[in-house]
Amino acid sequence: MVSRVTDDYAAMVMAGCRAVCEPAFWAGFDRSSAQGFYDYFCQLTDYEPRRAAQFGLPHYSWLCLNPKEAENTALAEEVLAMIPSFLDRPNVLGIGEIGLNKNSRNEIVIFEKHVELAVKHDQMILVHTPHLEDKWKGTRLIVDMLKRNSGVDPARVVIDHVEEHTVDIVLDAGFWAGITLYPQSKCTPSRAIDMVEIYGAQRLWLNCACDWGHSDPLAVPKTAIEMKRRGHSEAAIDRLIYGNPLRFLSQNPKFQILEGQPPA
Amino acid sequence: MNRSHITDLYFAEARSKLIDLAAFLDRIERSEGVDDFRMKSFRAALRELGTPGPDKAKKILLGLSDPTEAPVAQAGTKSASGAWAGF
Repeated sequence: MVSRVTDDYAAMVMAGCRAVCEPAFWAGFDRSSAQGFYDYFCQLTDYEPRRAAQFGLPHYSWLCLNPKEAENTALAEEVLAMIPSFLDRPNVLGIGEIGLNKNSRNEIVIFEKHVELAVKHDQMILVHTPHLEDKWKGTRLIVDMLKRNSGVDPARVVIDHVEEHTVDIVLDAGFWAGITLYPQSKCTPSRAIDMVEIYGAQRLWLNCACDWGHSDPLAVPKTAIEMKRRGHSEAAIDRLIYGNPLRFLSQNPKFQILEGQPPA
Repeated sequence: MNRSHITDLYFAEARSKLIDLAAFLDRIERSEGVDDFRMKSFRAALRELGTPGPDKAKKILLGLSDPTEAPVAQAGTKSASGAWAGF
C-alpha cells in the first residue's frame, strides 16, 4: 500500500485481514519514463512485501500500466515490454489493474495488448472499469474485448468496481465481479450487500481501496459488520468476505494463506 | 428481512441523506446562474426516484451514464464529472 501509512497495515491486521493484494495504480501524476515504472514495480514486488511483513501481512501485487497513462502509447509499449521480467517474482499474481478510464481508442489498444500479454504468459487478470458516467460504456467495451479473445478464461478474470448497472453484464459473461467499497464513489457497504442478495455470492468479491485519495482500508470488515446487522449468518459472511477471494486467488499457486495459522 | 426490519435499520440514515439532498437543492436554488448538464441529469434522476417500481439505483446510474458505444478519439481528461456531458 504505497500510498498509506503503517498504521493502516496495523489496523487491517487487527481487523482480521489475512493478506493484501495491491494492483499497479496511477500515481496521481503521469510518470515521465519507463524507468519510473521499473522503480514502481520493484517497490510493489520487493520493498512493499517486506514492509507489510513487518505487520504479519502477506503482500501480493498485480502489474501493468494503468489506463490513465495509456494515451502515451510509446511509453506504454516500453512498460509492456518490461513487465514479463517481473512476472516470476513470488508475490506477483497477474496483470492488473488494466482496463479503461475514458474509453478512448488508445486505452483500448493498450488494454488489448495487456490482455495478450496475460494470455501469452498464462496470467490471471484484474480489470478496472471506468468511473461514474463512463462505467457503463467502458464495462461493455471491456467485456466484449475479453469475450473476443479465445485465450481468456473468464474464471481467471475479475472485473472490478461493478455497480448496480454493470454487475449483471459481468456476471452474465462468466467473469468474477469485484465490488469496490469507497466512502463516496463506487459502492457503499449497504449497496454491496443489496447486490449480493440479488445476484448471489458465487462470483462476487468485495474489496476496498487503499489509495492516495479518499478511501478506507477497513471498508471490507465494516461491510462484514453490516452483513451481520442485516441478518446474514457468520458462515455466509465468511464465504463472501474471505472464501471468495481465497477461491479466486488460489488459482495462482503463489497465493497461499495457511488455514488456521496466524499470517506469516 | 421484512419491510419493517429494513425500515428500522435504514430509515434514520436515509432520512439524513434526504435532508442533505434537500439542503443541496436549496443551496443550488439560492445561487445565481443556470443548471449545467450535471444538474439537468440530476433533476431527471430525482424524477426517477419518485417513480414507483424496482431497480431505482440501476435506472439512476444508467440515466447518469454515457449511452454511446463508440470509443472516444482521445482521453481529454483523466477525471469523470458524474454525469454525461451530452445529456
